[in-house]
Amino acid sequence: MTALLATENLTIRFGGLTAVDGFNLAIQPGDLFGLIGPNGAGKTTVFNMITGVYLPSEGTVHFDGRLVNGLQPAQVAALGVSRTFQNIRLFDELSVLENAMTGAHQHAKINLFDSLLRTARHYREEQRQRDRAYELLRFMGLEDRAGLPAKQLPYGHRRKLEIARALATEPKLICLDEPAAGMNTGEKAELSALIRKIRDELKVTVLLIEHDMKLVMGICEKIQVLDYGKTIALGTPQEIQNNPKVIEAYLGGE
Amino acid sequence: MQILLDNADFASRMLQQVANGLTKGSVYALVAVGYTMVYGVLALINFAHSDVYMLGAYFAYYPARWLGYMPDTAEKPKAPFWLMGMAFLGAMAACAFIGALIERLAYRPLRNASRLAALITAIGVSIFLQNVGQMAFGADPKSFPRYVDQSSVNLGVISVGNTSILIIVVAFLMMAALHLFVQKTRTGAAMRACAHDMKTARLMGINVDATISITFALGSAMAAVGGILVAMDQPRLTPTMGLLMGLKAFVAAVLGGIGSIPGAALGGILLGVAESLVGGLWDTTYAEAVSFVVLIVVLLVKPSGLLGRAGREKV
Amino acid sequence: MLKTLGILAAGIAVAFGFGLLVDNAVPPFWALIVNLCGVSIILAVSLNVINGLTGQFSLGHAGFMAIGAYVSAYFTTTLRYFDPEVAKYVSQQPLFDGVWGFAPALLVGGLAAALAGLLVGIPTLRLKGDYLAIATLGFGEIVAILLTNFKQVGGSKGLTGIPSYADTSWIYAFVAICIAFSLFFQRSTFGRALIAIRENELAAEVMGIRTARMKVMAFVYGAFFAGLAGGLYAHLFQTINPGNFNFMKSVEVVVMLVLGGLGSLTGAIVGAIILTVLPEALRDLEREIALPGFRMALYALILILMMIFRPQGIFGQRELSLKLLRRILPGGRK
Repeated sequence: MTALLATENLTIRFGGLTAVDGFNLAIQPGDLFGLIGPNGAGKTTVFNMITGVYLPSEGTVHFDGRLVNGLQPAQVAALGVSRTFQNIRLFDELSVLENAMTGAHQHAKINLFDSLLRTARHYREEQRQRDRAYELLRFMGLEDRAGLPAKQLPYGHRRKLEIARALATEPKLICLDEPAAGMNTGEKAELSALIRKIRDELKVTVLLIEHDMKLVMGICEKIQVLDYGKTIALGTPQEIQNNPKVIEAYLGGE
Repeated sequence: MQILLDNADFASRMLQQVANGLTKGSVYALVAVGYTMVYGVLALINFAHSDVYMLGAYFAYYPARWLGYMPDTAEKPKAPFWLMGMAFLGAMAACAFIGALIERLAYRPLRNASRLAALITAIGVSIFLQNVGQMAFGADPKSFPRYVDQSSVNLGVISVGNTSILIIVVAFLMMAALHLFVQKTRTGAAMRACAHDMKTARLMGINVDATISITFALGSAMAAVGGILVAMDQPRLTPTMGLLMGLKAFVAAVLGGIGSIPGAALGGILLGVAESLVGGLWDTTYAEAVSFVVLIVVLLVKPSGLLGRAGREKV
Repeated sequence: MLKTLGILAAGIAVAFGFGLLVDNAVPPFWALIVNLCGVSIILAVSLNVINGLTGQFSLGHAGFMAIGAYVSAYFTTTLRYFDPEVAKYVSQQPLFDGVWGFAPALLVGGLAAALAGLLVGIPTLRLKGDYLAIATLGFGEIVAILLTNFKQVGGSKGLTGIPSYADTSWIYAFVAICIAFSLFFQRSTFGRALIAIRENELAAEVMGIRTARMKVMAFVYGAFFAGLAGGLYAHLFQTINPGNFNFMKSVEVVVMLVLGGLGSLTGAIVGAIILTVLPEALRDLEREIALPGFRMALYALILILMMIFRPQGIFGQRELSLKLLRRILPGGRK
């Protein structure tokens, strides 16, 4: 079986600093994959290279059998990769519904004149985006907030809206960057269930960066551990928990 | 075509234009320093800088007029040397004060606002000063007093005005002094620290507000010198005389690499020479477009300028 | 589609009604100001798409306006007859005359400006914030300098004897079209994409919005209507020169937007009206106190104070609506 997402020898240097060094990753369709590591290990940098935000200094990223490096973020999104951000990046002045609708923008098959002249195609497209957005807001439990400006959402809901927006792009793979950060225990449990539903019901492969070990160990089937830009372990939650290198990276080695 | 065939004449014409360009460019450089320092610290295009330049020229005009050296009359008696010295120092001090005041009143309240708001405010201050200038000085052009008698100095194939030499020498002395100040003194080090990272500078115990005020004051004093120098060469003052100068000096700062004082000097000189060559060999009205073409090309090809550093966005 | 045509037809009908009213009931001086307001509204509303919705910062709107003005005026003056030399002596049926001459001339002017928008928009894509501002400012100045050098369009003296086709009806018909289209633009997937770019460009791009294409689209759209406004301006004043379209004109349009609230369409309209009427009102005051410069100084002061105390403008990014009015007006419900 070919991997949905595969990186090979992925490396990036900022000035003299090698932030990610020879990183290999293979995610199969249908995986719920965890990427963990101490702060500053380079996890978000990996996301940035996968989604076209950063150009790797060396190595390759393949998605669905296609070479991704060198593509613009929007082109990567069109292939079916979406993501959320560690520091939430919503469109604050748009409503919750409109935020989710922007995710569906990339599949619009109309041009500006359709919208300026309000053709039937325009209305069909608006309906499609609205339906899609509502569906995902319902899925994330946000439908009763649809009309609110995004900036008025409480923190936990902002994280969820980011996921809804990312899902609206109809991705094959969604990369979640610390979705549970700042959530309380109850919200985290709810989020765990949602992430599982994303994979099981929406059939979207999930790549998850998370600091909350309980959450990661509880839902991921495969986990890869990154430290100082290098992979130090790969395996099931069971294997990772008992790996001495991982324990050292998290506890010692100050 | 005839010109091109006549090589010796062509070469001397080129040389003459280079000399004119050096003169123009020194002033661009002097004014550019103010833009580059402020941009380095606040990431703000201080549009009002060009009007401080205009004020500098007027501030050196009035003392001579009040003391009876009748600059706007036909006879125009020569003003004494000590008065010129006083005019320079007085205008520099007054402009330094005004520059710092503009920062204090208009820009400081907006330090944490969007850069767009700050930019629009800067444009507003510029328009304000131009029109207050018009109210205070009148819209009709004023003739700058006779501080020096213009003459030309023959340097082989070309001749250069004594005011041109004065401009080049004074401009470069000022910039060298400023560069030394920024590199060697404690205050200069504080300015560099603020330009590098204002938050950290504050944590290190640097008085950021005072440092920014000094930055504006120094830049404005340089602009005042620029204004006086230009007025000595072309003794015609108007409240809008800063507009084009400001745009060109800013282009010079961008060309040299914004934030860098040697960059501003280099950018100013290159721009001045390029303008003179286009004006002298082609058409003077096209010379006015040179700086804007240079600007757009630099921004597209190397936005960090010749001597600047590139930054990157953190995700 | 039919609804749109209905709305546009209604808008144009209202414009012609308004035109009749202004022509017959308003003294000429104020009629001119009303007409100028219309031109300003088109400029502000179109720049709002670039600066307000997309969050770009263009300071070159006067450049696009100039292109539209010159191109359309060139059509209705120099190219008016098959052969202008012959027309001096023999009466000839003009090629571009009346409605059937003016409308295409305006359209060509708008298209020329749009083309310029494309040519400026593509290379300046990489620039942000104040660098974009200064590059577009440079573009505007280059346009003015080139026009000064083109002897065919009168050099620094400009074009004169332009037929006065742009009356209130014409201008407000285009105001209606511009407002309707801009509203439809704003409330579409393209408008949301522009706002997404403004709010968070990186997130927009990662969500699959092709930010480069969208920004150029905004630029071309804004430039087109700026060109139309230029064409109307030329046929309102009947004489144009490069000085009409200098840096200050671009600043003026930006100030209209800022005053009304960047990103708000109704704000742009209100800002355009205030900043067209206010300077005229102040002109009288300035004459009375005999202090030239007072008007613009006050204007600048308002701008500075506005930025310091209410940088979001009168309306912020909201739209003026009955609901908002009810909330603002005293005694209204919160």
